[in-house]
Amino acid sequence: MKYLSEYRSPELVEQYLEELHKEVTQPWTIMEVCGGQTHSLVKNGILELLPKEVRMVHGPGCPVCVTPLNMIDKAVYLAEEKDVMLCSYGDMLRVPGSKKSLLEAKANGADIRILYSPLEAVKLAKENPDREVVFFAVGFETTAPANALSVLQAHQQGVQNYSILTSHVLVPPAIQAVMEDEESNIQGFLAAGHVCTIMGIEEYYPLVEKYRIPIVVTGFEPVDLLQGILMTVRQLEKGEAKLENQYSRVVRREGNPDAIRVIREAFEVVDREWRGIGTIPESGYELKNPLKAYDANTKFSVNIEKVQESKACIAGQVLKGIKKPYECPQFGKKCTPSNPLGAPMVSSEGACAAYYHFSQTEVE
Amino acid sequence: MQLQCPMPKLDFEVITLGHGSGGLLSNKLLDSSVFELLNNETLGTRHDGAILSAGGAVAFTTDSFVVSPIFFPGGDIGELAVNGTVNDLAMCGSIPKYLSLSFILEEGLPVKEFWEVLVSVKYACEKAGVQIVTGDTKVVDRGKGDKIFINTSGIGELHPNAAISIDRVLPGDKVLVSGNVATHGMAIMSVREGLEFETDIESDTCNLNDMVKALLDGFGPAIHLLRDPTRGGVATVLTEIAKHGRIGIDIRQQDIPVDEQVDSACEILGLDPLYVANEGIFVAIVSEDMAEEALKTMQSFEEGAQAAIIGEVSEAHPGQVVLTSRIGGRRVVNMLVGEQLPRIC
Repeated sequence: MKYLSEYRSPELVEQYLEELHKEVTQPWTIMEVCGGQTHSLVKNGILELLPKEVRMVHGPGCPVCVTPLNMIDKAVYLAEEKDVMLCSYGDMLRVPGSKKSLLEAKANGADIRILYSPLEAVKLAKENPDREVVFFAVGFETTAPANALSVLQAHQQGVQNYSILTSHVLVPPAIQAVMEDEESNIQGFLAAGHVCTIMGIEEYYPLVEKYRIPIVVTGFEPVDLLQGILMTVRQLEKGEAKLENQYSRVVRREGNPDAIRVIREAFEVVDREWRGIGTIPESGYELKNPLKAYDANTKFSVNIEKVQESKACIAGQVLKGIKKPYECPQFGKKCTPSNPLGAPMVSSEGACAAYYHFSQTEVE
Repeated sequence: MQLQCPMPKLDFEVITLGHGSGGLLSNKLLDSSVFELLNNETLGTRHDGAILSAGGAVAFTTDSFVVSPIFFPGGDIGELAVNGTVNDLAMCGSIPKYLSLSFILEEGLPVKEFWEVLVSVKYACEKAGVQIVTGDTKVVDRGKGDKIFINTSGIGELHPNAAISIDRVLPGDKVLVSGNVATHGMAIMSVREGLEFETDIESDTCNLNDMVKALLDGFGPAIHLLRDPTRGGVATVLTEIAKHGRIGIDIRQQDIPVDEQVDSACEILGLDPLYVANEGIFVAIVSEDMAEEALKTMQSFEEGAQAAIIGEVSEAHPGQVVLTSRIGGRRVVNMLVGEQLPRIC
């Protein structure tokens, strides 16, 4: 596969590892922000190839993991409404709500569809005019353009039985929250390549300056990740704090202007609750006027009582990189992918599930 | 393959509840379809069951087929229902002989589609050298089924050289796969509602009993274990072997054959080919000294052209499958949890 196999080359991986071993002189703690990066690090067995001085910490960039319990409960509630067809990305189905997951609701008869694109949901709404079609719009900046576009399309085409349940989150405020946390000891970040493909890299300069911390926009293949780590370590060793772009074959400085335009047209920035972390100011998207009629929250006035998270789950500390999944007493015991206590054990991009599936440290 | 069997003229176009009543309508449907197409001496007796003779040890298995859509690129539910049971029998080290065929049809199914499925059953049986000797047809209310569900059970005569058992899997044995992994699952995925993507991927569903027979003829007891990695994929089958056999298995990612298009599709959908369902391949655990020869035998078959040795059984890490990634990192391979759900980004 062109542009893919080159970035999985064992020879290049070896070269980068050699460089890393040569250049690192002291311990460094680096956070990869995106769950896709965590998945790749663990799946390819990269963590154990790194010099022992380089400690990778897994960030909050897993949309499934940070979607609040209350949102899952709302989705379940809507799905169980008679006329609602609830559409969702596959990952969300297994996430435990306070009473049940969407998968359990589906088994109990709720009409829940797994889709890859919200535009498919608009199509379903047109085909089923007597049903209410709700798309569970979760994700970071990467899924925002398609979700925005679905609402704009529905609006233009007069499709009134379509709405989205929004739980969009943004990366830069999350980095800020990690840095503001007193327990955090992060010294450098790998920023999420695909988020920057959409948004560009400008919004990371203020973070680099404010916290004097290196941020390297990084891709997802083994060679990408090792190059990103090497670039971060080089800065750290030199005492520098710059914004660099490792993923330049995909990420442009200005991002994708069309995608950004669509986002701005549909969404406004709001405070958002993150599961396990709490409310982060200006860290999410919500539909703005005149599109609020497509917001499932407003449309159906869903009021679900807020339920406390399981105390046994330390997801917040894992998502902020303070604890490793295997440092949780429940990991692999009471909490497994088939019976997850918290969301990071659900999605393959969640740090706990990634460790459970691929790590040597845990098997039964 | 375009199958040529003209559909008989019937005075109904869709299946109704009456076709499962056992009465006149049932007889009309079955006479002109099942009995006509799948005719053989045993089935022709039209008794409540089949009377068969089995000289020695037999293998017996059953499987139900609920694939959606019932017609998919490279095959359909009829072909799958025959091959699935034939292959399970072959994995026991037997020569598949007789199958039962039971339909649960949903009211409203076009008879034309039922006919096409039956024609596929006929050709798949001929190719695998098995006979349908008994069966059943029921019809359920519209909405209570999904077009066609099929159950097939099968009987095979044990191959005289077969000694297939998990207890015979030993450290040093080689792990072979008979062809590209993940092809069938991705062919189905490509036509699932809401997930459609443009591709030429076709299911590799086929009968594997000829290849298995050649292995048993040639290498007999050196073939320690055979498994059909259907749902849950190769990863799940290997972890089951490691757990139940209390042995370790090491596999190398770079040696696992995956068609390039399938690999790309998995990449886009965020799926791991090791966990995607297969219908046209098997996993063989073969003694070390015979593995290369067995591989050549597999590769001499059209459906085994991509066969490969992907790893070894080891004494280290009993109960675990460990994969060495393309770049040399190592990780544990676990069983599939629930359904493999596509990830978000």
